[in-house]
Amino acid sequence: MTEITNSEMWLEVASPFCGIASDDLTIKVDGNTVMVIENGDTVTKKGFETPITDTSARVKGKIVSLQDAVVYIADLLRVSKQPVIAGMATDLNGARSAMALADKSRATVDNMDSDATFRNTLVLQDTGWMVTTLTEVRNRVDLLLVVGSDIERDYPRFYERMVWNKESMFGQEIESRQVVYLGKAPSGNASTSPQGKKAQVLACKDEDLPEVMSVLRALVNGKNVQAEHVGGLAVIDLAALAEQLKLAKYSVVTWSAANLNFDHAEATVQMLCEMVKDLNIKTRSSGLPLGGKEGSITVNQVSAWQSGYPMRTNFNRGYPDYDPYLSNSKRMLAADEVDTLLWISSFNVDRTPPKSNAKTVVLGRSGMVFDQEPEVFIPIGIPGIDHVGRAFRTDGAVSIPLRKLRDSGLPSTFDVLTAVEKAL
Amino acid sequence: MLTKLTGGRIYDPAHGVENEVHDIYIKDGRIVKRPDDIRIDEEIDVRGKVIMAGAIDMHTHIGGGKINIARTMLPEDHAEDLVARTELMRSGCGHAAPSTLTAGYRYAEMGYTAGFEPAILPVNARQAHMEMHDTPIIDKGGYVMLGSDDFLLRMMAANKDQESINNYIAWTMNQSHAIGVKVVNPGGINAFKFNQRKLDLDEKNQFYGVTPREILLRLARAVKELGVPHPLHVHGCNLGVPGNMDTTLDTMQGIEGLPMHMTHIQFHSYGTEGDFKFSSGSAQIAEAINKHKNITADVGQILFGQTVTASGDTMRQHAAHPHAHPNKWVAMDIECDAGCGVLPFKYKDQSYVNALQWMIGLETFLMVDDPWRVFLTTDHPNGAPFTSYPHLIRLLMDKTFRNDILSTLHPEAQKASHLGSLEREYTLYEIAIMTRAGAARLVGLADRGHLGIGGAADITVYTDDADREKMFTTPDYVFKDGIMVVKDGDLINVTWGTTHVVKPEYDNSIEKSLKPYFDRYHTQTMGNFKISNDEIIDDGRGSLTVQPLHKRGPV
Repeated sequence: MTEITNSEMWLEVASPFCGIASDDLTIKVDGNTVMVIENGDTVTKKGFETPITDTSARVKGKIVSLQDAVVYIADLLRVSKQPVIAGMATDLNGARSAMALADKSRATVDNMDSDATFRNTLVLQDTGWMVTTLTEVRNRVDLLLVVGSDIERDYPRFYERMVWNKESMFGQEIESRQVVYLGKAPSGNASTSPQGKKAQVLACKDEDLPEVMSVLRALVNGKNVQAEHVGGLAVIDLAALAEQLKLAKYSVVTWSAANLNFDHAEATVQMLCEMVKDLNIKTRSSGLPLGGKEGSITVNQVSAWQSGYPMRTNFNRGYPDYDPYLSNSKRMLAADEVDTLLWISSFNVDRTPPKSNAKTVVLGRSGMVFDQEPEVFIPIGIPGIDHVGRAFRTDGAVSIPLRKLRDSGLPSTFDVLTAVEKAL
Repeated sequence: MLTKLTGGRIYDPAHGVENEVHDIYIKDGRIVKRPDDIRIDEEIDVRGKVIMAGAIDMHTHIGGGKINIARTMLPEDHAEDLVARTELMRSGCGHAAPSTLTAGYRYAEMGYTAGFEPAILPVNARQAHMEMHDTPIIDKGGYVMLGSDDFLLRMMAANKDQESINNYIAWTMNQSHAIGVKVVNPGGINAFKFNQRKLDLDEKNQFYGVTPREILLRLARAVKELGVPHPLHVHGCNLGVPGNMDTTLDTMQGIEGLPMHMTHIQFHSYGTEGDFKFSSGSAQIAEAINKHKNITADVGQILFGQTVTASGDTMRQHAAHPHAHPNKWVAMDIECDAGCGVLPFKYKDQSYVNALQWMIGLETFLMVDDPWRVFLTTDHPNGAPFTSYPHLIRLLMDKTFRNDILSTLHPEAQKASHLGSLEREYTLYEIAIMTRAGAARLVGLADRGHLGIGGAADITVYTDDADREKMFTTPDYVFKDGIMVVKDGDLINVTWGTTHVVKPEYDNSIEKSLKPYFDRYHTQTMGNFKISNDEIIDDGRGSLTVQPLHKRGPV
């Protein structure tokens, strides 16, 4: 809950932008201008501070009333043979309304970051995993292994909040925590301990990670490895890491699936998750997938409870039809299978729809610039700035309440899509 | 709008009414007295039909993190039971981990008008309520899960007085909008994070030095002293472990006469006799329940086929992972608060253990004398999906049917059970107690589960049929808050039920210690942890119903 201290200062504001749902932000609001005063970082500052520009709906570039835009969208969907609702960067109620509309208009749903999310989802559906959440990490981690990911670039406050916090519930010596990077090296010093202990880096190329991970898992399981080098790394160093993992009392293996940008990265995520399970035969270890930006965890959660399936589900046959390959919106658009694209992007002005031949409706954050003017553009409110909402963070266990900080008059995605559904 | 149900055979155990013919009048969602001179807008001829209050599922995993993990990880299970959109209903899926929408429709179609999620983690309560908000027709609510949360164990380790513990529990119930308190493997979920792999009733958590027995006593006392009608809801130690019946018996003894509900007791009623070192403990367990009037239990019956087990018991779910079918599973540590484990599972009738589990559950139903103290559950979906309730009711009401199935099961298991010799057949009245009056009383719903004047008009009308499975699968009519939602077995209206809660009083000074605690150790502030009433009401179709408390005070 956010408490208002005077006319324009808000405390304990939760961020829907950063994936880890930092909720200790102090924010100043002056009319439509929002400023992060305390505990901001590059991601949250951009998220909260990007100004409003346009406030009117447009059809074919011409300003129209919201009502006319809604009717126009309903008309498009009514005649559409293969509609896709993609982007899906929204909050709880935005997701609910998008799912209801998809069900009624027989559309396909997909999130803009599904390529990354599915590197995890496919593992969950194939073998499962042992994972943990942010507060457990904050209080228990003794060895953090970061696989293939430069996490501080995308999650600037991860280390401050989860690793180099002042104290642990269980009296752990925080400085004794170990950080090891496997794959990408960190781009900054966030992983360096308060007393200056740098993270250990075992650097390799992304394309070598599948092999490196499988050798590491083999070593954890005490298998004999004949090779002396793998992916440019000495096997002896990997063996030392395997030993560290086995000795740790609560190791956490983290990765950002968006950073594992190579073919069939899900196989590497699976290798990592199976290694965590293996470690748990004797000690405790947990995975921590990092993601959750652009509403990705929220919309997958809502989709799962409303339809049974995550994103990449289509309702063309009247019931939910899940296919992570066929219902990949990027693939469908590139293959010209889509006649109408409804793109929802309420958090980030840079996340505009991919180029395609589909008639495109954008429910986007005010300030978006398009290479090609969409058929319909409705500047929509940002959850947590222009209207209340709720959003899930990366671990999927915790969700946060989002507050209305200003009165911009921009409609919510829920309001617009509910009106479209009624007009259908 | 006044509706009259004419000439039905009433089963209303809350008022001692068994198979009496009288009319029921419904106005503004309530059951009313026969009005003198008001025009009847609608009269429904229910002569010869069996009328009960809407059924209440007092333990069903319908919302929250672990069940949504189950949904996400089981696309192959949904594919067997896809549900198309209609003019009235949203599309979805059924079977083991149904979509929220389909779950609500199917409960209503079976004559159920309320379901209670038994394992709401405080930190995940927001999600549980989101999912229940998207569950149509039925009323809902849940039990907040405590006992492995750091704050409680920390208080216990510091030997804080009972008053402080009561205050924390009341605060948590209010913030997470719960109607009861549950404990799962008391302290064990927490101990697993310290790499303890089992935790017996008197075994200490290695960090806090606190035992499950102490946790149970503290929580049961708090629930009683706060005046929460629902007794402490207990998923005991050692779930699924052969020999755990001794722990279960010890747990009943150890609660010192305080009210306690032992959930899915079938999973806690195992002995170690015989060649398979796995035997039925149901006779001793049922005897103990019969003797200890402070104890209630639901069975958690297993039925054969594919399902998924979703539990807060990370410790036991992790230990059970070699049995996952198909071979995939999730275990999760959650926020120094709790945890969960999700394992798909297939109960096989030719497995000795599974067959005996089936028998143990039925033996328990049949040997507990008092239907007010035993409840019909499959621990949905852990023992079987809730859609199998009509089948389970037939097993209880029809000895021939039961014994016919029994005779097809694993032969050694048949020899290890005396189920075949149990003559008891449940009556309609007893079914009405277990699934209506008793359940409402147990959960603490003052205005549900009965057909008295002033009660909510949640009413189910059945055609009496010797095939009880058929009878309970498709009621003729179901009314939810006076609105006919099912007619001739078909859903005709979609309504949105309320969320039942209790609001035990607490001293707000507890926030003076909780706020800095959240700031120091957690990744969410105390303010953002709290769930506002607005979140439950949400887009307007949600609502809160505050149920009355019992008298509070020290025991």
